[in-house]
Amino acid sequence: MNRIIKFVMLDILRNKIILFYTLLLAIMSFSMFSLEDNEAKGLLSLLNLILLNVPLVAIIFSTIYIYNSSEFIELLISQPIKRNKIWISLYLGLNTSLIISFIIGAGIPILLYSPNLIGIILIVMGCIISVIFTSLAFLCSIIARDKAKGIGMSILIWLFFSLLFDGLIMFLLFQLADYPMENWIAIIAALNPIDLSRIVILLQLDLSAMLGFTGAVFKQTFGTGWGIFFSSSLLFLWMIIPFMISLRKFNKKDH
Amino acid sequence: MRIPVFIILLLIICLPICAKNIHVGAKYSHQKIKKALSEAHDEDTIVIHEGTYKEGNIIIQKKITLLGINKPVLDGQNKYEILSIKSSGVIVQGLIIQNSGFSTLDDPGAIKIYNCDNVIIKNNELRDNFFGIYLQQANHCKIEHNRIHAKGVEEQQIGNGIHCWKSDSIIIVGNKINGHRDGIYFEFVTNSVIWRNISFANIRYGLHFMFSNDDAYISNVFKNNGAGVSVMFTHRVKMFNNYFLNNWGDAAYGLLLKEISDSYILHNRFNNNTSGIYMEGTNRILVEHNTLKENGWGMKIQASCMDNIIRENNFLGNTFDIGTNGTLVLNTFNENYWDKYEGYDLDKDKFGDVPYRPLSLFSVMVESNSSLMLLFRSFMVSLLDKSEKIIPSLTPENFIDNKPRMHSVVI
Repeated sequence: MNRIIKFVMLDILRNKIILFYTLLLAIMSFSMFSLEDNEAKGLLSLLNLILLNVPLVAIIFSTIYIYNSSEFIELLISQPIKRNKIWISLYLGLNTSLIISFIIGAGIPILLYSPNLIGIILIVMGCIISVIFTSLAFLCSIIARDKAKGIGMSILIWLFFSLLFDGLIMFLLFQLADYPMENWIAIIAALNPIDLSRIVILLQLDLSAMLGFTGAVFKQTFGTGWGIFFSSSLLFLWMIIPFMISLRKFNKKDH
Repeated sequence: MRIPVFIILLLIICLPICAKNIHVGAKYSHQKIKKALSEAHDEDTIVIHEGTYKEGNIIIQKKITLLGINKPVLDGQNKYEILSIKSSGVIVQGLIIQNSGFSTLDDPGAIKIYNCDNVIIKNNELRDNFFGIYLQQANHCKIEHNRIHAKGVEEQQIGNGIHCWKSDSIIIVGNKINGHRDGIYFEFVTNSVIWRNISFANIRYGLHFMFSNDDAYISNVFKNNGAGVSVMFTHRVKMFNNYFLNNWGDAAYGLLLKEISDSYILHNRFNNNTSGIYMEGTNRILVEHNTLKENGWGMKIQASCMDNIIRENNFLGNTFDIGTNGTLVLNTFNENYWDKYEGYDLDKDKFGDVPYRPLSLFSVMVESNSSLMLLFRSFMVSLLDKSEKIIPSLTPENFIDNKPRMHSVVI
């Protein structure tokens, strides 16, 4: 299993797209920090870019990679290796390489310019989001046999989480404005890993005062002991569940 | 016949000069301030030397000067009001006054001035009192260079640093106040000046103004106060060259204006406040040459405001430049510098050729539904804002700066 992980990892790290992704993250981070006059603002602008780009690259690159290595997977299946092992090592290999390139690209500049709790939270969130969207990519690529369909689906998932979901929240907020539903809507917003990480980081910044009542609700729901446990277990479930479903499907797959 | 008249005249002229000094201190004729007071006459000076004096409530009913040498301490033992001034023309200088009593019934202060004029309070240090300096129907008083500090924790447990009620022509200069409920509090105070004070880390407001017409506050610094500065129900106030800094919190404002009219806000700086200026029911105000930098909201102008002119200000790095709660706009924006302005200047007259709309769609939406802040800084919101900038449809149409500057105003 370790050898497969190692093979996948090295294969990806040599990949030009991943190198380009790392470089892009590094350029983005350095330029954001040097453009803004204080590091909190740099962090905030970077947060937006990370929340937009990292899931996009993670989900599309992973989907394409899985489709492209279908022959390699078939080859491995013909060997006396358990199917579980193949799929899990593919998952781990993809994740490690994506995380490595994120840490090199964005983690180093963040630690250089803003070596504090918020910076570390941003790095951790970036890694978690990479893992979550890789896990979703595994689900997409196992559901659709057709490559184009799979990639389309992954783009749709990315679009849903980074744009449509917020629209849905906005719709709910306006529809239910007359009812005391802030708590529930905050919890619904937390179901989206991108929103959850954005709000968690905003709450750490001074800006949280601007979030007003909703911010206070969110802080109460997710900032205290149980809340942190709840939100981190939510993120953990996002990392595991789509992958587990894809694993079950992969084990049963017959062509 | 002539000589006695001359002598009498001379005596009258000399009378103030004949005023004597009474020394109080361990090594002097008097050990107690109260004793010295009872023997003093008008125009006398009581010189208080080093030491701690615990004499309960000292009531001054003569026109005397209390002069502290080497910072003598007057201690109220957390039971008494310390100095009660009930005569005009009293001067209190160079004392340390500490630990006044606490009572919400009669509001004891370190120094309380009752219904008299021309009192001067100068160069004193006031520590941990309930109220610092309390003026009640006092006119023409001067409060100068005092250091007033307390360790207030809760609003109900502490009084104001300088509290003026129903007074006229007060001058408050160069005081430094922290840890009180309100740094400086004005209610029914007219024709007064607050100049060069520093009011910081107070629990509620740095400066609190109510029903006080025709006052000016100039070159003061208000920072890190619980809720900033609040000016309410007042006409003709002048606010020049003040600093409003770091009033950051859920309901904090750099400057809160409520029911104000015919006033001037010129040359002030508002940095790092949740809202730089918050206006409600404000009419005919000129806001000119101010710098609003890195606030959550630069200005929040409620729809109840009318005929205000906001011109030649710098808006730099605010999250939202302007917020409002309605569609009615009866205020004028002109020749401001907005760092978010993306227009161009073809005719090189230093003003942008395209009008600037300072109101972002999201800030309008948040005002109608505050829970929307949940989506603050999300991709979707920036998309909405961008599209609204290109085709304005939801933001009030006349909320507009027709002559935005290309470069910031030099102030």
